[in-house]
Amino acid sequence: MEKLYFKELLNEEQLNPKKETISFLLNYSKSIGVVRNKKDKPVMFHLN
Amino acid sequence: MQKQKLDDSVLVRNYINGNERSLEILVGRHKQRVYSFIYSKVLDRDVAEDIFQDSFIKVINTLKLGNYNEEGKFLPWVMRIAHNLVIDHFRKGNRMPAFRNTDEFDIFSVLSDPSLNAEKNMIKDQIHFDVRRIIDELPEDQKEVLIMRIYRDMSFKEISDVTGVSINTALGRMRYALINLRKIIDKNKIILTN
Repeated sequence: MEKLYFKELLNEEQLNPKKETISFLLNYSKSIGVVRNKKDKPVMFHLN
Repeated sequence: MQKQKLDDSVLVRNYINGNERSLEILVGRHKQRVYSFIYSKVLDRDVAEDIFQDSFIKVINTLKLGNYNEEGKFLPWVMRIAHNLVIDHFRKGNRMPAFRNTDEFDIFSVLSDPSLNAEKNMIKDQIHFDVRRIIDELPEDQKEVLIMRIYRDMSFKEISDVTGVSINTALGRMRYALINLRKIIDKNKIILTN
């Protein structure tokens, strides 16, 4: 699997996403929490 | 002191247990490969950025909700998510991938065809529209293989890897897709000629 993507990317530019996108993702991760409802199912919520 | 590189599986476990720094390492480790993969398909930096973001939001949500299957490896899993979102992107807009100039391919060779008059162009557009409509009639698994093979020009080995089925299964789906396309065309008496 890894070999495929590496091969695929050999002829492609090695690109990186914007720093803002990474920051957004890391902040997003920190901003959500998970609780379990009465049926013991995980429910996601946003922290403020 | 030599810094030991933690395995993805360890980082995933640590992240699930609340260590946010582990996510930062995972994203940093794989961002280039995932983003370059997406960009190689959509050929648009902004679209690639959106799909990259959506892919990792799915990753985060799945991990936080405890729905991650630890049997698989982390990177191929993320790649599969990204791949599915790329497919969704093309399906939603019913868009064709953009063309790029390379040594072998010149955009100007396809931009215009002086031999086609307006009427022929209309017929050509109608045919392309009809073909896409017929493809939409196919079962999802066959449609997916056909789109990747014809529109994305992926090899059956690549299709097999990203969809998680064997090459023979991918070949079989392609075969059935073509058989079914012919059936739909015959049944509806569709004429696809210019």
